[in-house]
Amino acid sequence: MGTLQSTTEEILTLAASHFKVPREELHADDDFFKKLGINSLQTLELLTRIEQHFHIELPDYELQGVSDFRTLAERIQSRL
Amino acid sequence: MLDLSKYNSLGDALRAALERWPDEVCLIEADREREKTRYTYRQFKEAALPLARALQEARFAAGTRAAILMTNQSKWLISAYAVFFCGGVLVPLDYKLTPEEQLKLLSHSKAEFLITEYPIWRGLAKAAGAGGLALRGILATEAPANAELHGAKRWEEFRGAGEPSFVARERKDPACIVYSSGTGGRPKGCVLTHENYLEQCAALTSLYPFWPGVRYLSILPTNHAIDFMVGFIGPFTCGAAVVHLRTLRPEFIREAFTRYKITYMALVPMVLKSLEKGLRQRFSELPTGKRKMLDALVGVNRALTKGRPRPRLSRALLPQVHRAFGGQLLAMFVGGAFTEPATLQFFYDLGIPVGNGYGCTEAGTVITVNDFKPFRADTVGKPLPGVELRIADPDSEGIGEVWSRSRMVMSHYLDEPEMTAETIADGWLKTGDLGRMDAKGHLQLFGRKKNMIVTEEGKNIYPEDIETYFENLPVKEFCVFAANYLWPARTMVGEQLVLVVHPETGQSANPALTGEIGERNRRLLNYKRISGYVEWRKDFPRTASMKIKRGELAEQIRAGLDRSAVVSL
Repeated sequence: MGTLQSTTEEILTLAASHFKVPREELHADDDFFKKLGINSLQTLELLTRIEQHFHIELPDYELQGVSDFRTLAERIQSRL
Repeated sequence: MLDLSKYNSLGDALRAALERWPDEVCLIEADREREKTRYTYRQFKEAALPLARALQEARFAAGTRAAILMTNQSKWLISAYAVFFCGGVLVPLDYKLTPEEQLKLLSHSKAEFLITEYPIWRGLAKAAGAGGLALRGILATEAPANAELHGAKRWEEFRGAGEPSFVARERKDPACIVYSSGTGGRPKGCVLTHENYLEQCAALTSLYPFWPGVRYLSILPTNHAIDFMVGFIGPFTCGAAVVHLRTLRPEFIREAFTRYKITYMALVPMVLKSLEKGLRQRFSELPTGKRKMLDALVGVNRALTKGRPRPRLSRALLPQVHRAFGGQLLAMFVGGAFTEPATLQFFYDLGIPVGNGYGCTEAGTVITVNDFKPFRADTVGKPLPGVELRIADPDSEGIGEVWSRSRMVMSHYLDEPEMTAETIADGWLKTGDLGRMDAKGHLQLFGRKKNMIVTEEGKNIYPEDIETYFENLPVKEFCVFAANYLWPARTMVGEQLVLVVHPETGQSANPALTGEIGERNRRLLNYKRISGYVEWRKDFPRTASMKIKRGELAEQIRAGLDRSAVVSL
């Protein structure tokens, strides 16, 4: 199991590749709705990519109220 | 379907449905590719009645209020039926709100029982204020074996032995308290009666009938009036089935169409757009020859369905498209926010009619809907049977405020007589939306008169609800408005909220203030955020009790500033 920092890095890389933005433009504290210009439905797509990558299942409610990568990484980390 | 004029309450009608179609499937629940549960009407009854009995043993009586705070799943409907069987009043709450917002509405509703999912309950119990609730019973579903229950009982174990007694209600008695807003400001708890629901159900199913074998895919939250109606009361009183998905990702929604042969589905424009995008992408990847063939067949389908939908013909012409939707889809319904006519036309041309509708919780949900006789992409349809519509104070183009009157209009706002009197006069519900009736009796919408916005996800956001997040901002005073309320615009897309700040005397706009506003904004859920702020250097007009006179302030700002004054965040 990786550290919170490595999980965050992996999520940032996944988000960059899924939404086709340069990796270096994304940071842990970014608000992903604003930075990526995405809606709640598109964040669910990201959740699926994360599940496939980490081989875990995440209930939709894990994304409830989360809007930055760091908090998302914390939620993922607690399930690894 | 049942003749709903014979029943006085939702409990009464649902009870009759469970007896009428014992062997038909009423509920299917799936999580990803796994089917979790499947109930016939008989099994549904067997699951709900011991719960009703246990509630009665816990002194749950006629008029007792029970809140349900759950995602769409079978236990939502089973619990709701148990509450109605006992003569209770249901308070469906939004699971997408923050725990603090949920606690506020829970407290306002004076619910004595709470039925919720364990992860939601864990969040509520941790949040400040949970101790102040006057709950007599909390039931949590799906709690892990050694979970800390924080005073809740396990839903799965809360069962009584013996027959519960059915508690009759009158048509005018309240059935539900549904919050249309007020998580930050004054809660708007719409009190909807049994009559409101029974009348709405009869009107809707006269246009879009359900019958045994029909499957409705329920993805809009059941706490919203529309899914409660078309994803519970409508199908159940017709012997049809509801399909719930525990994971609402686009890929699982697509799979559900084919796996469960879905007949109907209601969605918001954002999800419809996502489906359109996916289909357009797949079409664009076709080899040129196949693409041309598809375009030609779509053209033929459009010509042959001009007067009315012809599902069998469309399925024969475009079999691959229809197979992707399960091959049984009759119609989808869209509402809650503006839908582009081009999107509606795209689906209709493929032989998938999307009924564009309009309504609000206060109206008992649907006010108008398209009936495809013939299909129109440019309107929100005609009034439902039994609904009177009026355009109040129309301008030279015939555009004015939409008023609606029917037996579906809510009784009142809970504990808010003034707000009720402002909204309903002589039976007419003033919707706050601007519209015009055309010569064919169709309603077209043009914008809003009221100070609120609707997001593309179909969420109604009232500026007053946002203001609490800006409390103690280092300025003299502030107020949040819908930008289109300050500067009227004939549009229902891209609506935004604007913060008006009145700095202290001598205080100038500075990066620190902008930073503070931005910081507060980030604490809001993404769809509730303000898009920018404007400075206003005059005292806000206020009432004797120091409340801001919002209408007057908006007029002053409109006369003194234009949209270009907004500083974007």
